[in-house]
Amino acid sequence: MHVVILGNGISGITAARFIRKLSDHQVTVVSSETDHFFSRTALMYIYMGHLRFKDTQPYEPWFWEKNRIALKRAYVERLDASAKTLHLSGGETLTYDKLLLATGSKSNKFGWPGQDLKGVSGLYHYQDLENMEACSPGLKRAVIVGGGLIGIEMAEMFHSRHIPVTFLVREKNYWDAILPPQESQMVSRHIRENGIDLRLSADLKEIVDDGNGRACAIITGAGERIECGYVGLTAGVSPNIAFLKDSGLETNRGILADEYLQTNLPDVFAAGDCVELKQPRLGRRAIEAVWYTGRMMGETVAYNIVAGTAVNRQPYAPGIWFNSAKFLDIEYQVYGDIQSNAPENHVPIYWEHPEGRKSVRIVYDKNTSAVLGFNLMGVRYRHEVCDKWLRENTPVETVLQNLALANFDPELYKTYEKEIIGIYNRQSGQNLTLKKRGKLDEVIRFLKGNVVGSSVR
Amino acid sequence: MNAHNDTSLSLAQPHDLRLSAKVGLGMVGIGLLLITAAWLGAKLPAAPGLLAASLILLTAGTAIHARGLYLHLPEGIKNNGVWLRAISNKGAIAWLIGIVLTGFYVLLYWFPQYLGLGSKDVPSSGLVGFFDPLSQLLNGNPASQWFVYGTLYTVAILAMGYKFILKYRHNRYQVVRTISVMFFQTGFAFLIPELLERLNSGKPYFDKDIKNMWPLNYDFFFDWHLGNLLKGGNFGLFMLVFGVAMIFLISPILTYFYGKRWYCSWVCGCGGLAETAGDPFRHLSDKSLNAWKIERWLIHSVLVFVTLMTVAVIYSYLAQNDGKLWLSKDAFTWGTAAFFLVTGGLVFAFRKRFEGLKDQTAWLVGGVSVIIGGILLINTFSDAKHILFLHSYDLRKVYGFLIGAAFSGVVGVGFYPLMGGRVWCRFGCPMAAILGLQQKFFSRFRITTNGGQCISCGNCSTYCEMGIDVRAYAQRGQNVVRASCVGCGICAAVCPRGVLKLENGSTDLSARTDETRTIRIGKEGVSLG
Repeated sequence: MHVVILGNGISGITAARFIRKLSDHQVTVVSSETDHFFSRTALMYIYMGHLRFKDTQPYEPWFWEKNRIALKRAYVERLDASAKTLHLSGGETLTYDKLLLATGSKSNKFGWPGQDLKGVSGLYHYQDLENMEACSPGLKRAVIVGGGLIGIEMAEMFHSRHIPVTFLVREKNYWDAILPPQESQMVSRHIRENGIDLRLSADLKEIVDDGNGRACAIITGAGERIECGYVGLTAGVSPNIAFLKDSGLETNRGILADEYLQTNLPDVFAAGDCVELKQPRLGRRAIEAVWYTGRMMGETVAYNIVAGTAVNRQPYAPGIWFNSAKFLDIEYQVYGDIQSNAPENHVPIYWEHPEGRKSVRIVYDKNTSAVLGFNLMGVRYRHEVCDKWLRENTPVETVLQNLALANFDPELYKTYEKEIIGIYNRQSGQNLTLKKRGKLDEVIRFLKGNVVGSSVR
Repeated sequence: MNAHNDTSLSLAQPHDLRLSAKVGLGMVGIGLLLITAAWLGAKLPAAPGLLAASLILLTAGTAIHARGLYLHLPEGIKNNGVWLRAISNKGAIAWLIGIVLTGFYVLLYWFPQYLGLGSKDVPSSGLVGFFDPLSQLLNGNPASQWFVYGTLYTVAILAMGYKFILKYRHNRYQVVRTISVMFFQTGFAFLIPELLERLNSGKPYFDKDIKNMWPLNYDFFFDWHLGNLLKGGNFGLFMLVFGVAMIFLISPILTYFYGKRWYCSWVCGCGGLAETAGDPFRHLSDKSLNAWKIERWLIHSVLVFVTLMTVAVIYSYLAQNDGKLWLSKDAFTWGTAAFFLVTGGLVFAFRKRFEGLKDQTAWLVGGVSVIIGGILLINTFSDAKHILFLHSYDLRKVYGFLIGAAFSGVVGVGFYPLMGGRVWCRFGCPMAAILGLQQKFFSRFRITTNGGQCISCGNCSTYCEMGIDVRAYAQRGQNVVRASCVGCGICAAVCPRGVLKLENGSTDLSARTDETRTIRIGKEGVSLG
């Protein structure tokens, strides 16, 4: 059996690794982007000089041969599903028994005038990084359009090279569609603290051609002209599926897949950013272009590709939501259901450090008092502990009394659990105290399900 | 790809040094110039004042430079441009520094006369002579090349330690740890021994740094040192007893509780220099699987070598003094053999407690057997002075030259700008090897990983000075339990997603290395742990 995987990102490679663990199938991974798998989320660190490109590759080159995963550098032009054949540029063909589409995303462009000029690009592919690098010599200013996770990465990249940055964000505060207001304001402050020219409630009207097909300035929605040699378009990403248009594959914004990550075509599967789930789980979106979901899909789809029978298949069930990022120097972690515009039954406990670079938000349900989510800025919490509390609908008071179990900050750091409990006590008139110190032994016992901090009251 | 590696011409402002950072560098330059002038024999006026001035210029200059580099920036990880600058990416300036350092060590170990060292009749001049006033002040004697070295070493740890503290000032673990290595170097390795030297001036020399333990301090059991310890009165005896207690009692206990980091990155002078002066080069360590294989062979070979040599040296010392000491050579031989047999036997008997460590266990037991075999051979085939047809004096001469000088000094520090700061600690140090075995087999310490939060970016692996591929563990949610980990905590600091934490715990001692924390996909969906 020959399994062909299109795309060597985290989804495709995770799938390849698990197919190899589970079977002896012949595995070929096709990519036009790079020879080897690299961590896409680490692209920024190459530009900033923290890492070399090879440092972003989790496996040494010998790994692929040793595990009999064939790597093919090629661009796929067309899928002929009836003949189970891929047509590669240059006329070559590749046949498969099972096909996994893990083609990732592309940067959004919303029809702005000048969006295809030279010196305009997003940041998703390795080639985008090369493009940024090529534009950097002598660059006087970069303008970045779109206040999401990639936008702030790009701002940090130019900032690290002392290239002035203007950062256009359409919202009232940075990423405030996702982050609650205080956290969103914190990041906005931090961006400005770093000397980045953050423009809130600002959008792009057009990109100006310098007469030679290069961007030389932008004009904002308010009519202001900003001179710049590079324009970063970071207003989100969408599934990279254009080449599949006439293949008979059911698509909408992404490749439509069922809960087993199977498409409408026989023996064709999909995983990662390019997938649009037909029936997403409650509270989850149909397209989730996140590293972690890509990795989980990659593993799940491997089981389903290898499964001989329907019984052995496994549904994609991503569990409790989690994510993380780093906004310049502020780390961010989220577990569970944290909403910027919280519904009426979501009660927050919000603590913020006086210096305004750290905060903890714990949200619980007004009616059941079960904990709903954790939002951390500049403080690290344990994934497993939060996940267990959320999964078991643990009462918020149990969580607070055992909160030290969740703390994952390095040793000797100041801890803030007492302050957080204090805030809850003031809000509720209770008089709770910390029961645990957060020693690893306590954590392990808790995770193994014995006594400590159990949700059973 | 080349575009990323050569941006020296493309930067808008390649060197954005503040004025204070430049002034600091200038002061360091003048300090170095003064020292060089003294070395070359310039007739400098008022030497004590000039020595003080040059040392203050070096220290204060580095401090002012560091303040100019970091204080105006928000707290956080400061690795911008590390791979883009020649000095930290093996460019010309890095090679130059490497060659100068290497050359200095060659002169220090083998040609101290070129540093100005005198003899009985001729007072020292040049660099060594330049340090006489400070030496007289502290220990009452003229300077030796080792005093010069110790002083410069301490200045380097203090000055670069201050820089390190500013760089990582958001991270209390790093700040406290660095204060600790600065304290142990200045107090225990430098000032206290020099002052004790003055207090014990009539007595023959012995090592007075209580944290400098065998086998890093490989001449601790040499006949002249043992002899001098025994002639050193109560203090000499204390040093002997404490030295032995450090090896067999104190260090195993501390390593059980905290891992080898208590020594390697909180106390040790070699580690101290690597963590401070070596910090700008930490990313240069080789992370490949091949490097790991070489490391394991090399460091454990050195351990076996130093053990055999020490046993042979003690044996010949006892043989020469047979009857004069409470310990006879035969009792020592059989006692040592019994010790290793019991240790090897215990490890073998309890190997089931350490699941996943089976082949390493085999290696350890094998290594111990070699040592035991060696000891028995010594007794059978050698007279008082010979071991395996080698003179014990020759054996220690070879060790002193190859390991003590060439490896730990010339390569260990000289190659900082080319191979990172921990070359010696990783590939050579027998102390690190022993503590590493303890850490791997019987310690509460490990680096835990935070569920599924790893993005495989590679910052942890890249900035691991010991060349551990931390990411390989982090991305599959496995604890990092590695003999070589010195617990510096930088992997946890540079991780952008809060994935790593240095922790101690005893509830799961035998299962520390299991992949228990991986995200798992199962019938019921994703599960953790």
